[in-house]
Amino acid sequence: MDNQLKNLRKEIRYKLVEVSHFTKTPHLGSCLSSVDLLITLYWRILNLYPDNPKHAERDYFLLGKGHAASALYTVLAYRGFFNIDKLMEHGKDNSAFEEHPGVNAPPGVEAVSGSLGHALSLATGMAKAAKIQDLGNTFYVLVGDGELNEGTIWEAAMFAPAHQLSNLVLVIDFNKLQGTGESCNIMQLEPLDEKFKSFGWFVKRVNGHCLTELEDAFNQCKLQQNKPSVVIADTIKGDGISFMEGDNNWHYRIPSQEELPIIADELGIS
Amino acid sequence: MRNKFAEVLLQLMEQDDKVVLLYADIGNRLFNKHKELAPDRVINAGIAEANMASMAAGMAKMGLKPVIYTITPFTTARNFEQIKIDIAYQNLPVTIVGTGSGLAYANLGPTHHSFEDIALMRVLPNMQVVCPCDSNELSALLPQAIASGKPCYLRIGKKNEPLINVQEPSATIGKVNIIKRGLDVCILAVGTIIDLAVELQHKLEEQGKDVQLVSFHTVKPLDSEFLLSLVNQYRQVIILEEHSKHCGAGSAIFEWQIDNNVMLNISHFAIDDKFIDQVGSTQSARIKARLCLDFILNKLKNKALVV
Repeated sequence: MDNQLKNLRKEIRYKLVEVSHFTKTPHLGSCLSSVDLLITLYWRILNLYPDNPKHAERDYFLLGKGHAASALYTVLAYRGFFNIDKLMEHGKDNSAFEEHPGVNAPPGVEAVSGSLGHALSLATGMAKAAKIQDLGNTFYVLVGDGELNEGTIWEAAMFAPAHQLSNLVLVIDFNKLQGTGESCNIMQLEPLDEKFKSFGWFVKRVNGHCLTELEDAFNQCKLQQNKPSVVIADTIKGDGISFMEGDNNWHYRIPSQEELPIIADELGIS
Repeated sequence: MRNKFAEVLLQLMEQDDKVVLLYADIGNRLFNKHKELAPDRVINAGIAEANMASMAAGMAKMGLKPVIYTITPFTTARNFEQIKIDIAYQNLPVTIVGTGSGLAYANLGPTHHSFEDIALMRVLPNMQVVCPCDSNELSALLPQAIASGKPCYLRIGKKNEPLINVQEPSATIGKVNIIKRGLDVCILAVGTIIDLAVELQHKLEEQGKDVQLVSFHTVKPLDSEFLLSLVNQYRQVIILEEHSKHCGAGSAIFEWQIDNNVMLNISHFAIDDKFIDQVGSTQSARIKARLCLDFILNKLKNKALVV
């Protein structure tokens, strides 16, 4: 992994912690499990135009798990869509940076989010519309494993292969935890790769915190000619901060003043 | 009415390659010509109405003009939250067409009845709610719904509704369609219940009343200018709707009265707060729902409007 991405992983993680602490907004654990997926997409995979975010030839990224909005905003800021200082407006009155992205969300956010199970259907419609109009964009959707509980996910999962939507890539942040429990005990998710294979998807299952594995998987998705792709990323909720990893309390907890230097130290932030 | 929908939609699809149809596995053969014309733009979304609504929103984001179509309860109630967030909140140009609205599918039972759909759709910000009374009115309003560039719910009937407009009227979304002018009593008919309104009109005319018959097709946005013109002009305004008496067109007009600090002398005929079942035909369902001439005339007798 090159130094740029190595530093970004640390800096973005620490910025997420700071935003959560100073703006008193939750879902840090969910952001940390997604962050490497977003870094890979935004620095290695997506065709982007940060100075012209509505460029017709861009690739689209839709966030299904809207509660990880802070991760998306932070990645967009570091990728140059807007000033990093703006992130501290998160969750404030009259801010574009709502805790779930709304219609006034900052540049680079493609759709509203917050109600689970919508983004895959939206992106499926967008991908179908691109095929109808012979457009070359690719549509990426990030969902959580808890989000897979929603029925619409499986409606779209049957529609997309029937329409050979090779321009659609689903990314599953499989951190094994949802709001109040272990996702695999609440619903029968496994064998998740077999489920999507049997539905007609091209499936890659990878370590969701290994950027090279992720990049390789996304590049294989780009080669698909007649089926949609899913990257199932095994992730760790709270990844990168030892006392948050796998502790579901960080779905809602806010890091304290005393915890900030400990976290900085762990991440190697000077 | 659904045949007219298919016919007008075909013309629109010929004229504009951005118009796409999504339907939830109904309308056997109804869309054959559309498939011949543009197989890519005629999409059977499967029996998956929630996904259909969100996909339509996604298509609208990409510059298309989607029309989604199925039996009313399944494309208003079943997928309500997808309509709320993906279509209404994002203010996307999706036309939602519910067929067999009200009690048109009476024999199929409460699963297929819709007398809560106006309530559900009109409560959503950005949503237009349009209930054409017959095929000719639908023919005028469907192109406007698609061209409006905003979310629009079109509440249509099933088949063989009588033609009240003898030809395509110059109807406009947001403006009432006055079928017959009169000065004494004004009947506001919402959608396909207008056949009953015509019967009532004739009955009242037999008794010497000068009756105005209005197709009150747009429940949202309300034609405020027209409603204001009724104030102090008519001894009775009669609202007829094949919808719950709660939260439908009548309620919209009652709310309008409060907001505008005016009062019309209204008789409101709609469906009581109960499910309608064990019915074999729309006619018998309407009788059970007390949307029938005898009941209405009795009520009006109590108001000393008829003898």
